[in-house]
Amino acid sequence: MEALIESIKKVVLLMPVPLFETFYMVFASTLFSVIFGMPLGIITAISEKGNIWEKKNLNRILNSVINITRSFPFIILMIAVFPLTKLIVGKRIGTTAAIVPLTIAAIPFVARLVETAIKEINPGIIEAALSMGADVKQIVFRVMIPEALPSIASGIILTIINLIGYSAMAGAIGGGGLGNLAIRYGYQGFQEDVMIGTVIVLILMVQIIQDIGTRIYRKLLK
Amino acid sequence: MISIEGLYKTFLDTEGGIEALKDINLKIEKGDIFGIIGLSGAGKSTLIRCINRLEEPTKGSIIIDGKDVVNLDKNQLRDMRRNIGMIFQHFNLLSRKNCKENIAFPLKIMKYDKEQIEKRVDELLDIVELKDKKLAYPSQLSGGQKQRVAIARALATKPKILLCDEATSALDPNTTASILKLLKNINKTLGITIVLITHQMEVIKEICNKVAVISNGSIVEQGNTYNVFSKPSHEITKSFLKDVTLNIDKDSLDDPENTKLVRITFFDHKAKEPLIYKIIKNFDVEANILSGKMSSIQGRTYGNLVVGLRGSNGNVKDAIDYLKDEGLVVEGLKHNGSSN
Repeated sequence: MEALIESIKKVVLLMPVPLFETFYMVFASTLFSVIFGMPLGIITAISEKGNIWEKKNLNRILNSVINITRSFPFIILMIAVFPLTKLIVGKRIGTTAAIVPLTIAAIPFVARLVETAIKEINPGIIEAALSMGADVKQIVFRVMIPEALPSIASGIILTIINLIGYSAMAGAIGGGGLGNLAIRYGYQGFQEDVMIGTVIVLILMVQIIQDIGTRIYRKLLK
Repeated sequence: MISIEGLYKTFLDTEGGIEALKDINLKIEKGDIFGIIGLSGAGKSTLIRCINRLEEPTKGSIIIDGKDVVNLDKNQLRDMRRNIGMIFQHFNLLSRKNCKENIAFPLKIMKYDKEQIEKRVDELLDIVELKDKKLAYPSQLSGGQKQRVAIARALATKPKILLCDEATSALDPNTTASILKLLKNINKTLGITIVLITHQMEVIKEICNKVAVISNGSIVEQGNTYNVFSKPSHEITKSFLKDVTLNIDKDSLDDPENTKLVRITFFDHKAKEPLIYKIIKNFDVEANILSGKMSSIQGRTYGNLVVGLRGSNGNVKDAIDYLKDEGLVVEGLKHNGSSN
């Protein structure tokens, strides 16, 4: 019993900095991936054949880019974008540096989710807007985004959860955060209690975020 | 007001293409409620969508108020669409906007200011009798109420033309009647020309002053509704009049081998003449009425009767000729009820 209390104390004391680092990485990379991924997803959706802004070649290029980036295993992607990371952040490893590969990995994911959400809108609603003389911009901002918002929101929650997992991987190569804690202390330092504690914190985090996400989704559905 | 000339639409997706519309010629006058009736797949939906170019015509012209819609560029097309309202079978309301916001949508697109929008939305809610649902979301409304909101939305920018794409097909008979009443009212009080497509004869009978019958992508008959249906020349037109269910069981006839089954369709004043009595009296045939129904088109009566005629061959033929001379439509039937 005493050993357990001892362990909990140790984990709680170790936790604040890595927890903050994880939040920081996940928050920043979610923000950037939505900023870049959402327009990418919308353009991919509306440039498709038969949609409101048909552009065959552009659509083909965007699809290829999304597919290629999504095919990269995250750990490889992280190393592959080192030069870019260095260019943007000034260094290749560290918590802030990890945001670059995390964002790059999440952009195509967000783009696909947004694209799917947009394409799932009842085409009749788009047709009605067209029949009223709406232009492409008005349809995107006044019809598509509002109508797809519940799906987009649940997609973003999914992205956040994925990014928590990826950020742990980033920890393995010096990104800090909970992943780093679990590997340094738990795996390499043979402190099982720290590893278990980290996993429990991760589980709780995912549960809470998913729960909040589900509430938001329900609230958005009218 | 709307004049469609030599309109063709070919879909190229499939090999060789599908000719959805073939040489359509229609004239729709201001103030008309013009119905286009056809079975599913006849091309009616494509036709109505060509009018505001939700579907691009392959060939031909659609002239609205002197301008050929087919030649408009993107900007002109948008302006033109703002003068044509449209409602749909499945209403197509914005699901995350309430009634007020849905009705305001076309006004916002046209950049009306807030006060104007507020005022116009209230007027429209009044027209469609939904004042108390101003803040309700589509999921909280019944089908009929949704269609009312859609009608209000379509009328928001004061269009001269309203296109109705199977607007009552997803509604129950009572709701259909109330929506038709509303459309008729709008046509009368606001002077809006209505073009509607439907597969429901009820809709045509109830509100359309003119009708076109479409089959396999071609208009087979058109004109004043009563005239078209009182002298139907095409099989499809006749089929829309057969609202009497006909399943005459052979066993229900005394002498099936010698009984000639006919369907008699009669109109207006003929409905008041005792013609069956006359053929019995004058031609020495037995007439056994098996089924019948009276209906009205645009307030004018027509009826359907299925009669079994028995007598000598010559007499039966004379009786049928007599009925035809009197202006009735007489069709021979097989004993299972289908036309022969």
